[in-house]
Amino acid sequence: MDLRYSEADEKFRGEFRSWLNDAVPAYGDPPPPHDWPARRAYDTGWQRTLYQAGYACIDWPKQYGGRDASPTEQLVYFEEIARARAPYVGINFVGIKHGGPTLIAEGTPEQKARHIPRILKGEEVWCQGFSEPGAGSDLASLQTRAVRDGDHYVVNGHKIWTTYAQVADYCELLVRTDPAAPKHKGISWLILPMNLPGIEIGPLRTLVGEGEFNELFLEDVRVPVEDRVGAENDGWRVTNVTLRFERGTAFAAAIYSQQEFLADIARAARQVTRDDARAWDDTALRKEIGHAQAELDALWAMVKMGVSESSKTGVPGIAGVAVKLLYSELDQRLGDLAMRVLGRAGLSRDDVGGLPSKRFLATALKSISLTIAAGTSQIQRNIIAERILGLPKER
Amino acid sequence: MDFRVTETQQELRNAVHSFCRTRVTVSLLHELATKGGFDRSLWQELAELGVFSLRRPEARGGSGLGMAEAVLVFEELGRCLAPGPLVWSHLAADLVGGAASGAVVVGGLDLAGAAPAPYLVEHRDALGVLLILKPDGVARLDPKRAPVRPVATPLDPLTPLHYAEQLPDGDRIAGADAARRLRLEGATLVAAQLLGVAEATLEVAVSYAKIREQFGRPIGSFQALKHMMADMFARQELARAAVYAAAATLDHPEVGDVERAVATAKLVAAEAAMKNSRACIQLHGGMGYTWEVPAHYYFKRTWVLESLFGTADEQAAILAEKTAAAP
Ligand SMILES: Cc1cc2nc3c(=O)[nH]c(=O)nc-3n(C[C@H](O)[C@H](O)[C@H](O)COP(=O)(O)OP(=O)(O)OC[C@H]3O[C@@H](n4cnc5c(N)ncnc54)[C@H](O)[C@@H]3O)c2cc1C
Repeated sequence: MDLRYSEADEKFRGEFRSWLNDAVPAYGDPPPPHDWPARRAYDTGWQRTLYQAGYACIDWPKQYGGRDASPTEQLVYFEEIARARAPYVGINFVGIKHGGPTLIAEGTPEQKARHIPRILKGEEVWCQGFSEPGAGSDLASLQTRAVRDGDHYVVNGHKIWTTYAQVADYCELLVRTDPAAPKHKGISWLILPMNLPGIEIGPLRTLVGEGEFNELFLEDVRVPVEDRVGAENDGWRVTNVTLRFERGTAFAAAIYSQQEFLADIARAARQVTRDDARAWDDTALRKEIGHAQAELDALWAMVKMGVSESSKTGVPGIAGVAVKLLYSELDQRLGDLAMRVLGRAGLSRDDVGGLPSKRFLATALKSISLTIAAGTSQIQRNIIAERILGLPKER
Repeated sequence: MDFRVTETQQELRNAVHSFCRTRVTVSLLHELATKGGFDRSLWQELAELGVFSLRRPEARGGSGLGMAEAVLVFEELGRCLAPGPLVWSHLAADLVGGAASGAVVVGGLDLAGAAPAPYLVEHRDALGVLLILKPDGVARLDPKRAPVRPVATPLDPLTPLHYAEQLPDGDRIAGADAARRLRLEGATLVAAQLLGVAEATLEVAVSYAKIREQFGRPIGSFQALKHMMADMFARQELARAAVYAAAATLDHPEVGDVERAVATAKLVAAEAAMKNSRACIQLHGGMGYTWEVPAHYYFKRTWVLESLFGTADEQAAILAEKTAAAP
């Protein structure tokens, strides 16, 4: 039960911090959210900057260009990124956190050689084509068909909620290769090049107002068989390898940056005046801020506990499910707090009256997605109840 | 960093756990609830187990362990609802002769917090020494010399109370630094007990949900209850992380802000115990509202523990100031 970072960790912190201190201000501000080419350029450019300094994908094995960073070094990494308010993976999320690690674990030597270095350097952007209109929480019921035709699969189907598809070069695509088999047994995992004929991307507007996710219409798309990861019909197992990374430190950066958000909320509360008093002088509001602070700190301690567990056993503990549940719900409470502090200034999505409406509302609105994406809170609760507490299935 | 329970720590916890399981049973709790809540022979056995001398330096006959070990022990004591002024006697191990060995039962009152009055002394009849914690120091007094009257019906039947209108000053035995330190340690150990309550209530709830049947199936298969228990689990794990982090920070203050870590632990653990003990009652239906089913003991003990060494509201106020002071 020891929270002391090792000397090596602290040395890494010092180096990374001083690098960030120069690199972040030099890199400039992000482009407007609806300018997709500029966003791609910004996020991939930052990835390249990280790569050149040796700070890209630090958790990846050295042989694939990572640093073999220990889980505690990764914690330091996230703490420093949040402290410096540096850009984080952005549109590179799927490539860096899903596709890349899945290829490292399950890909052929050719697949690794083709994709890993390019993901690492920010030259290749990935998206995730798992969900379908009829297959969300029940992902394994997906219907997109892939029929073998010589050395190609002919793919037909409809994917939905495909985040950043409009800027992606590749898609990790789940398809049904054996419709006769039980639903978990007939799925395969494909690398879909997004420039193939027959792919149509339809933007969907989120409640934030941006076209962040999309529909994918796939019509007779011919995907080379060599782009399948894992054996045919073994895609569900590969998917679980992919999703396992989400239970590790995938949310750690977001969790740690909540600290900065809460500090900003407290700062704004001291700035806002109502009825001749600062919002901060409202004891009830202050207590809620203190309460949120406690939960944030406790959550970070919980991340540390999970990381300590995984650095010894190699796999993130199942209790990581509870981290996702707690973090996403807490984020929405922070959003509520931010809006309360803004008051009527929160009716404007641009800064008014010297208050940070723009940033606060962007975060508050975004937080609404967190209890839905990557497994809804209800599904997380089902997992805790059945797999951790051993409660009987409903039917 | 290795923020896990070590094997040696796990062994210590297991020892306390199996002691509690066989010794502090539900039937003992029922019996003590009618007899005033304190058991002298149990106290002696807890002392022999090392509950009080755990952190006392080895040179003075203790085990020389740290807060990391102490929170595990108090988690188990909280889980089984062991009665008595356990935290105070543990804190007094190196301050009051006889506390470590269990010969002298030490209780206390924390007057450093925001709302100490009215003065309600716990387990007064069992006490040999009463400690008074104030911001500027620690005093001891003879509990028999403070004019008190018994509270006829205490909320927690296992925590008898006496009401003192006034308190004599007593003899000063330690200064402001020690008082501050004791308060932080006290809050952390109470938080550990609250974590134990959060765990026990989930355990009791899950096992009842697996055997009680309605509509021809176990109630634990109903999603409404599953989700209730999943939330109990999430709160329990959050509380565990916070309590262990407070202990680790007290043991090695260079890892963070001690006050902040302790306030976090106390707040999060109190919330987990409060919500879990309520949920545990709800899940038992009508049985949960009876005296017979021990669910109410957890709920009532939570109220007692919540009031000690700074309520959740006080901790939230401390933490808000910390947030505001962030650079
Ligand atoms: C911002 C965002 C980005 C996303 N990005 C991607 C992406 O890039 N690629 C991708 O493939 N997917 C993506 N998704 C999809 C996401 O994974 C799904 O939305 C999610 O799995 C839920 O599926 P659904 O939307 O079909 O909802 P449904 O499964 O239809 O759920 C509807 C409601 O029913 C509840 N529900 C469903 N089943 C149960 C059950 N068994 N017990 C209790 N309640 C239940 C749910 O909790 C929810 O409240 C994204 C989603 C969001 C919000």
